[in-house]
Amino acid sequence: METNETHKVSDRALAGKLVEEIDRLTRPLGRKVRYMEVCGTHTVSIFRAGLRQLLPPQIELVSGPGCPVCVTPDSYMDKAIAYAKELDTIIATFGDMLKVPGSESSLSEAMAAGADIRVVYSPLDSLKIAKENPNKTVIFLAVGFETTAPTAAAAVIAAKRAGLKNLFMLSAQKLIPPAMKLLLDDERTNVDGFLLPGHVAVVTGSDAFLFLARDYHKPGVVAGFEAVEILRAIYRLAQMTTAGEARVENEYDKVVSREGNGAAQRAMYDVYEAVDTPWRGLGDIPASGLRMRDEWQSFDIERVRPIEVNVKPNKAKSLCRCGEVLKGQIVPQECPLFAKACVPEHAIGPCMVSVEGVCAAHYKYGGGKFKYGA
Amino acid sequence: MAHDVIEMAHGAGGRMGGELMREVIFPAIGNDILAEMHDGAHVNVSGNIAMTTDSYVVKPIFFRGGSIGRLAVCGTVNDLAMTGAMARYLTLALILEEGFPIDELRRVLADVRKAADEADVKIVTGDTKVVGRGAGDGIYINTAGVGDIVDGADIAPKNIRAGMDIIVSGYLGDHAATIMAARHGISLPESIKTDAAPLKSLVASMLATSKNIAVMRDPTRGGVAAVLNELAGQAGVGMLIDEDKLPVREEVRGVCDLLGFDPLNLANEGKLIAIVKREDTEKILAAMRNHPLGEHATVIGTTTKEGAGEVGLRTPLGSIRMVEMPMGGLVPRIC
Amino acid sequence: MCLAVPVKVIAINDELATVEVRGVTREASLMLLPEAKVGDYVLVHAGFAMQIVTENDVRETNELWAEMNGAERTVGAIEALNEDERRTIERLRAGK
Repeated sequence: METNETHKVSDRALAGKLVEEIDRLTRPLGRKVRYMEVCGTHTVSIFRAGLRQLLPPQIELVSGPGCPVCVTPDSYMDKAIAYAKELDTIIATFGDMLKVPGSESSLSEAMAAGADIRVVYSPLDSLKIAKENPNKTVIFLAVGFETTAPTAAAAVIAAKRAGLKNLFMLSAQKLIPPAMKLLLDDERTNVDGFLLPGHVAVVTGSDAFLFLARDYHKPGVVAGFEAVEILRAIYRLAQMTTAGEARVENEYDKVVSREGNGAAQRAMYDVYEAVDTPWRGLGDIPASGLRMRDEWQSFDIERVRPIEVNVKPNKAKSLCRCGEVLKGQIVPQECPLFAKACVPEHAIGPCMVSVEGVCAAHYKYGGGKFKYGA
Repeated sequence: MAHDVIEMAHGAGGRMGGELMREVIFPAIGNDILAEMHDGAHVNVSGNIAMTTDSYVVKPIFFRGGSIGRLAVCGTVNDLAMTGAMARYLTLALILEEGFPIDELRRVLADVRKAADEADVKIVTGDTKVVGRGAGDGIYINTAGVGDIVDGADIAPKNIRAGMDIIVSGYLGDHAATIMAARHGISLPESIKTDAAPLKSLVASMLATSKNIAVMRDPTRGGVAAVLNELAGQAGVGMLIDEDKLPVREEVRGVCDLLGFDPLNLANEGKLIAIVKREDTEKILAAMRNHPLGEHATVIGTTTKEGAGEVGLRTPLGSIRMVEMPMGGLVPRIC
Repeated sequence: MCLAVPVKVIAINDELATVEVRGVTREASLMLLPEAKVGDYVLVHAGFAMQIVTENDVRETNELWAEMNGAERTVGAIEALNEDERRTIERLRAGK
């Protein structure tokens, strides 16, 4: 195909050529090449575009711990549900959280039982709810990674400016680099490189991932979310794998800079500080969570109105292998519960609940191996 | 009318119930059969008939291009049409919440009337109940319908075979996008509104053209993804559709981008999917495109032997992925 | 949890922008991107503009295409440097 400055190469042609190059680069290695996508939105894009089917068989894509809903522990959900059941409370949450199971029930079950739970699109919507319901306690379920944490922080800052006294956060935001370090410190984790989370990097900047190359000699490429953007990043990874190089590159520079978004970082670290926090399936990770600083504690529902929950141990959950799935050590099909006791409608593990959960993606999109006689 | 809002007594028979009927309901939707005011309606039907019923709960009650009243008529008329039956008579049951403004009830009933006239059906009997404040969302409606089955039409999932064409009658997702935009603070251009419409006459012209229509379904809740998964499961065939061929308006794609929806999961209220024998595809498409509700009818895929019970989608890059049965309940995602 | 879409800023009222994508509009906060101007394309996540989008798709795509057909690499060249290199460059920039 010919091309010039005025005609863009079609996505299909470009994808075909990228796949060809990825194959040419990695086939001589004579082994499987495993790349991990850390972001759940990448997981979904990869399945939705059928990329596993297009890529040569030696390329294996594994999904890391990049779905915030998936790594939110039972205790957090139990607390959210306990607050939801209090009469004067309105819970504002992203829709993604509704079906996540706590140790006994979910927010959508609490909703059915009469709790006032509102699905919002933005943390700012919870400000509006708080203004409209001055006699209610409005709690925003602040989950998410570096992309989302600044938006919750901005909402708190705006609430303070507006003098709102009835808006609170139940915070469980998490930071991606510490989780990646945990994976890399585990010798069973077997990956050749990382597709780095583009929208996390919008906030943190690509430099936040330099530790990959420096400390672990692993390549990483910041990727966008269109199918072709993901293939471009895999192509760059393949180049480095073949050459035995480890650099952090940026294939999403239309929005990602080296430094990231300073205003967003400032808002996030003005309101929050890094603390050790539990990740579902991965355990406690040092300095991987965000907690509201003391100056902001009047917005922290856990400090303003602490609540005790007893997390019920669950037999089926003890068989759940989400932790290993999240580390890329096994594929979902190796879990004894997958597609049997654990399906999206009655999920046991959180990786089956979220639309971007690894297990849900494998279940819904047939493991990405849907051949259809094609 | 002496009252501005619905009170409990409006649903308790007696004087106030009678007043509501005489002053609000009959003037809006009355006809000779309803005027009999029997406990039931006497109607003339003969031959093979089809019956259906559906209940309507929607928020907001009014939206661009329609209301719960329009949906309540179109939905039931369309359910009948999808079985190859031409709706003739409907029942209408209203469940009103105490405090519901009578003016709004009038607007809903005016929409019921307009849609019934478009569909050429009569409301022949009905019921009104009132529930206490807080026990309902203003208004719920149930309609049931009866219609004549078109001679020679044999519409059933068991008729689906591999190698048939899958047709949709027009742009997908307009209805859900309109509702979701209103719910989540998104402004749409005037041109985007609910597609709620009675499909009776479109189906009549399709069936007049060809009897080689294996099945029809209206992709309401759960959208095209739900309908195709249901049909693939019932018929034990595979389905393969082409992402590039899906008719979706730019603005509807915009709503999907912002809220994280898939157009395939969006509800429609005036669209149909038909699975037809290939030899008649062109004929049926031509008949559809001649009808105002089928102007943008197009083939989106085919049924296949492979992947029995499953729905595949060919992406613009040429790969194929599965289209899953939607979980139900569209909520905006940020993931 | 990082769904974000590029949209165009069509109006700004204080900290609130009206943004447009494919003919539909909604509001987005500029609290985290105060430098955004009318006409900019910005990435929106959870109701907040997060970054200005610099559109260079066509050029980049063509250069990548050329590269895959044997030309010198010109795109994606923003290779992150290691800390030492970075400090050196910063020192040089600061004129030290």
